[in-house]
Amino acid sequence: MATMAKLFPAGSGRGAFLVRFTLAAAALLLVAPALLNDFRLNLLARYLCLAIIAVGIGLAWGQGGMLVLGQGLFFGLGGYAMGMHMKLEEAAALPSGPQLPDFMTWSGVESLPWLWVPFRSAAFAIAACVLVPMIVAAVLGTLIFRQRVRGAYFAILSQAMAAAFVIVLIGQQGLTGGTNGLTNFRSFFGLQLSNPDDKRLLYLFVAVVFLAVFLIARQLVRSRYGKVLVACRDAEDRVRFLGYDPTRVKVLAYAGAAGMAGLAGALYVPVVGIMSPALLGIVPSIEMVIWVALGGRTVLAWAAAGAIIVGWARTDLSERFPSGWLYAQGALFIIVIAFAPKGLAGVSEELQRRVRSLLSRRRSETPAPERVKVAA
Amino acid sequence: MTRLGVTRLLAILAAAILAAAAIAGCGSSSSESDAADTGASTSASADSGGDAIKVGILHSLSGTMAISEVTVRDSELLAIDEINRSGGVLGKQIEPVIEDGASDWPTFAEKAQKLISEDRVAATFGGWTSASRKAMLPVFESNRALLFYPVQYEGLEQSPYIFYSGATTNQQIIPGLEYLKEQGARSLFLVGSDYVFPRTANKEIKAWARANDVEILGEEYTPLGHTEYGTLISKLQEARPDAVFNTLNGDSNVAFFKQLKGAGVSARDMPVMSVSVAEEEVAGIGPENIAGHPVAWNYYQTTDTPENRRFVRAFKDRYGADRVTSDPMEAGYVQVHIWAKAVEKAGSTDPEKVKEAARGLTFDAPEGRVRVDDVNQHLYKTARIGVIEPDGQIREVWSSGRPIAPDPYLRTYDWASGL
Repeated sequence: MATMAKLFPAGSGRGAFLVRFTLAAAALLLVAPALLNDFRLNLLARYLCLAIIAVGIGLAWGQGGMLVLGQGLFFGLGGYAMGMHMKLEEAAALPSGPQLPDFMTWSGVESLPWLWVPFRSAAFAIAACVLVPMIVAAVLGTLIFRQRVRGAYFAILSQAMAAAFVIVLIGQQGLTGGTNGLTNFRSFFGLQLSNPDDKRLLYLFVAVVFLAVFLIARQLVRSRYGKVLVACRDAEDRVRFLGYDPTRVKVLAYAGAAGMAGLAGALYVPVVGIMSPALLGIVPSIEMVIWVALGGRTVLAWAAAGAIIVGWARTDLSERFPSGWLYAQGALFIIVIAFAPKGLAGVSEELQRRVRSLLSRRRSETPAPERVKVAA
Repeated sequence: MTRLGVTRLLAILAAAILAAAAIAGCGSSSSESDAADTGASTSASADSGGDAIKVGILHSLSGTMAISEVTVRDSELLAIDEINRSGGVLGKQIEPVIEDGASDWPTFAEKAQKLISEDRVAATFGGWTSASRKAMLPVFESNRALLFYPVQYEGLEQSPYIFYSGATTNQQIIPGLEYLKEQGARSLFLVGSDYVFPRTANKEIKAWARANDVEILGEEYTPLGHTEYGTLISKLQEARPDAVFNTLNGDSNVAFFKQLKGAGVSARDMPVMSVSVAEEEVAGIGPENIAGHPVAWNYYQTTDTPENRRFVRAFKDRYGADRVTSDPMEAGYVQVHIWAKAVEKAGSTDPEKVKEAARGLTFDAPEGRVRVDDVNQHLYKTARIGVIEPDGQIREVWSSGRPIAPDPYLRTYDWASGL
């Protein structure tokens, strides 16, 4: 009995989390691959990539109060870093010719641009996927937060960065593939992307990475650092008076969120097989924040769930109503934001509270046996 | 920021996105209702199998490309209807499964995969932008499924699983250049939207110009959707080229031609040769703003063939007398018929057999007889230069007289050897 009580404790402590996490992990790693066909499983892998971005936004925005409207920038940096490596791998396998990625040939580029050269190394590319977004975010964040720029001004600034990034990508067709972006990937570290079994393996890999990222973010939020971060969100000046440096605290969360977006981009490339500026601009960046708002920004698990739910709804609605699905999706956003400002997390909390009060009322109506038990 | 502030900001953002979506959707929503119904009913009966052959229709029904791509979907549905009324293919009815590419390249790839693995379509008709085609290409190649792509493009591609029903460079852009040269143009200015088709096309135009002693006085790109052309037009007025070669796409053409007319530059002073402005776009620009400028295509609504008279009448009967037909719409219509003919000839919808049967296949299209190339799966098409009339129609002023063999890599042109 004692072990059972440990496994299923009443409160919402560490044990409850372990149970929920194990259930979620089992659902992702065992149930989903068993139930879904190859196509749907690959879609789920894509939603999980998006959920990784959402966890990062939950950290920076939900906990740190920084409304990051330009996560497309970091998603793109990670995605292009991985895409460049994969394109070079394939170009190196070409039987003849200058061994350049396909789009360079039709853009009139004759030799490999210097920016591409280091991406030949797999280790460099993998490190760059996470570190480049983090470094960019750290530099940007330090400049912005030291000037005490926050609120809507920070949101606008972060969004402008994403917009500028897209303009650069489109303008430099020979270097980046322009509007088309990078497409036509065949393999990912030995996995053949046209092979269904390899794609299933890729899904499992994405799911494991997602769970790991989630655990790291959760640990960060529950640590002492997480408490200071929330304090920065709620009363930055007071934190400063207490002797902390809010700039450093916020930069860490911002860079963390950027690293997660970069990692998501790197996984998105083999899963979807394309990385293009269309995924990174202002509208996609705002959509990322909407997933988190819809799920519930202060709860990491719900932020991730928001991304998965919106991704799934988008696919499902557009298959059902090919010409009217955008209205349905828009209506969904408006309903949630108008009637559940805390997102689905708020709805679930409210439901749990009601169930609990219903149960406790019932308990108080028939108190006798309970007491007897306790006394015994 | 207080909680209320954030909520309110989000509400505004969501409303803005919805509004943008609504605006983008508006252009197409009126003409869509009947087709949407077909789409809904077909996907509901998706697994009935047996006596129907499913085909995918994958165009952008929302987003910036919707206004153009919806017209192609309409003509493809018309072709399917015609074939069904005359008995279908292999004695079975064709059942279209419509999906929305949403002007978003990864969505095109996702929906293509969905059509292939969930709906098991025999072939897919779709795409408009080069970016969407490039996104779908690996999906069709890795699944060994067929895509029919209806729009003129920049060439330099030859996928074994794609049929290219629009013109490649040597069937549109090069005739356009030759026509300008014939008219006495010795200098050109290149204006384009900033994406792959204009940049690649201009690379080819520059190579052509070097070989033909034509001077390129300037090359300018503006982002897709750009509408402020004052600076660009003053550059044009300063450079004084004999002609402008225009590869702008979409809404930008409206702003460019209106502002060009506003600046007092007439088609007589400086003709602007366009390769992405057809009847549909002329209506949007306003014929009075663009009349007199030349365009290069393979088909116009005024093209004088019995097949075209039938096509235009059938289209107007189905979609309304105020609708126009254009080159990409004709290509969309033609490619459905070519697929159906190839399936009949092959006696099967198996992609490999259809590909084999399609080799050298001919079809009497509204633009005249077209033929599928034996190797590169592009069509032999007649090049036509037209001048825009004040009533919005396009009058043919030059034609190649016979279908030109498709040459996507420009291998038959010496000047193109370095491309």
